[in-house]
Amino acid sequence: MRRRLPWLSLALGAGYAFLYLPIALLVLLSFNDSRLVTSWTGFSFRWYVALWNNDALVSAALLSLRIATVSATGALVLGTLAGFVLARFGLFRGRALFGAMVAAPLVMPEVITGLSLLLLFVSLAEAVGWPGERGVTTITIAHVTFAAAYVAVVVQSRLADVDESLEEAAMDLGARPWTVFGTITLPLIAPALASGWLLAFTLSLDDLVIASFTSGPGATTLPMVVFSAMRLGLTPELFALATIIIALVTVALFLALRLGRVASAAARV
Amino acid sequence: MTGTQRIGRRLVVALPYAWLLLFFLGPFLIVARIALSEAALGIPPYAPLLRWTEENVLTLVLNLGSFATLFDDPFYVDAYLRSLNVAFVSALLCLLLGYPMAYAIALAPAHRRNLLLLLVILPFWTSFLLRVMAWIGILQDQGVLNGALLSLGLIDEPLRLLYTDFAVYVGIVYCYLPFMVLPLYATLARLDPVLLQAAADLGARPFRAFVTVTLPLSLPGIVAGFMLVFIPAVGEFVIPELLGGPDAQLVGRVLWVEFFQNRDWPMASALAVALLLVLVIPIAVFQHLAARR
Repeated sequence: MRRRLPWLSLALGAGYAFLYLPIALLVLLSFNDSRLVTSWTGFSFRWYVALWNNDALVSAALLSLRIATVSATGALVLGTLAGFVLARFGLFRGRALFGAMVAAPLVMPEVITGLSLLLLFVSLAEAVGWPGERGVTTITIAHVTFAAAYVAVVVQSRLADVDESLEEAAMDLGARPWTVFGTITLPLIAPALASGWLLAFTLSLDDLVIASFTSGPGATTLPMVVFSAMRLGLTPELFALATIIIALVTVALFLALRLGRVASAAARV
Repeated sequence: MTGTQRIGRRLVVALPYAWLLLFFLGPFLIVARIALSEAALGIPPYAPLLRWTEENVLTLVLNLGSFATLFDDPFYVDAYLRSLNVAFVSALLCLLLGYPMAYAIALAPAHRRNLLLLLVILPFWTSFLLRVMAWIGILQDQGVLNGALLSLGLIDEPLRLLYTDFAVYVGIVYCYLPFMVLPLYATLARLDPVLLQAAADLGARPFRAFVTVTLPLSLPGIVAGFMLVFIPAVGEFVIPELLGGPDAQLVGRVLWVEFFQNRDWPMASALAVALLLVLVIPIAVFQHLAARR
């Protein structure tokens, strides 16, 4: 067993190098004074300044953050309910279909999800007059739907680890189901809720394909702006944007890990 | 259970159930419906299925034209075959790269596993588009890799790396690797080391013990990881669009062009229906594994 470890560690190291070298390159190039990726002409913050002054990018980023906040919250509510139902309700009529509808969005190609949601919105608008115009609302609904599946998986697997007897004990002592859920279940799965919300937030912030299908003329999200800029060629401004996102994500994830540790330690007490 | 509790329970099921029926399952039926419509000029650009004829009779007009084109035109058939091929090879490459990583993490000391796992997931949380962009910077003609090879004197002129199938594979493997490592790690971490000990006691060499004990027991993780990469990769749009050449016409890209450029909604819908039919079996396998968890 021990003898196999050296080359396994080597493979792990190579894997991390493959994952992180391109990211390190993005960060490095964002501080390059030159526009070219092959020549380093000096350290500079000019691309960050250019990014700050790029109104289209900044307003798209603000819109994306707004959509991500709302849809992550919606996905958290919906996904937690779905995960709770799957983990705790046992068998009920229609459970197989329910399980399928929760798991399928995880693997469904984005072009299918995007196209089908757009056609739903168009048909609904024809039939009942809503949504009148596609934009922030339709993107948010689309993001809630596919991100909820991820939240449900996170919540369900966390609930599978939580001892059900705690909830049963509270029931036996006369607590109502909602009280049990609020005072026992929720605190126990709090770390999963935090990471589920973050996951939904990132998925929404990052989505190009589904947002492109479900958006209208008025709403351009950050990935749409980045995508059309990328088609014209690389600009160091985009490297600066990538660096900011990487920094924020790293901080958020380590904070979540910290909080998660605190919360699960508190839950154990 | 009291009556109120039963109603409460039903409500808890009903909300996500109704949402998913309306916004996940329902739309597929509409896609199927529009795939059977005729393309038309107008908003929305397709003809209704139910129409009043001149004699005031309501008739159902099903147009199989889009599906016929799909099967007749080798362009579309090729797109499906290419997509399946690219997704299969990418998933296999992810497995070859991801298995040793997952195994190494599973064998690492318990206190370090969370951090190692987090390091695999972290890139997934940073922007997908910007990670693809990093590879454009590396692979393009005046890119980092060509620059390095040129300055080392290994090549005399830049290699064509970007806009090739190679670039598409690199992009897909890079972006989907975490989806392979996570399920593999989950099964490998649950593996009882006593089994390997027993195999060793019975005289199996490490390699044989790995092939006869570890590998079969990690099969659910292998299949789950494979499906998590393969299924979305078949319909992938962004990576072939940004890293692939003009001939890398994969289904996701073809569908996008039909929809956004040709504005042929029935054709795009027919492509989506056919893609879903192609993926029904892999998705069913994935569901089965997900349900067992």
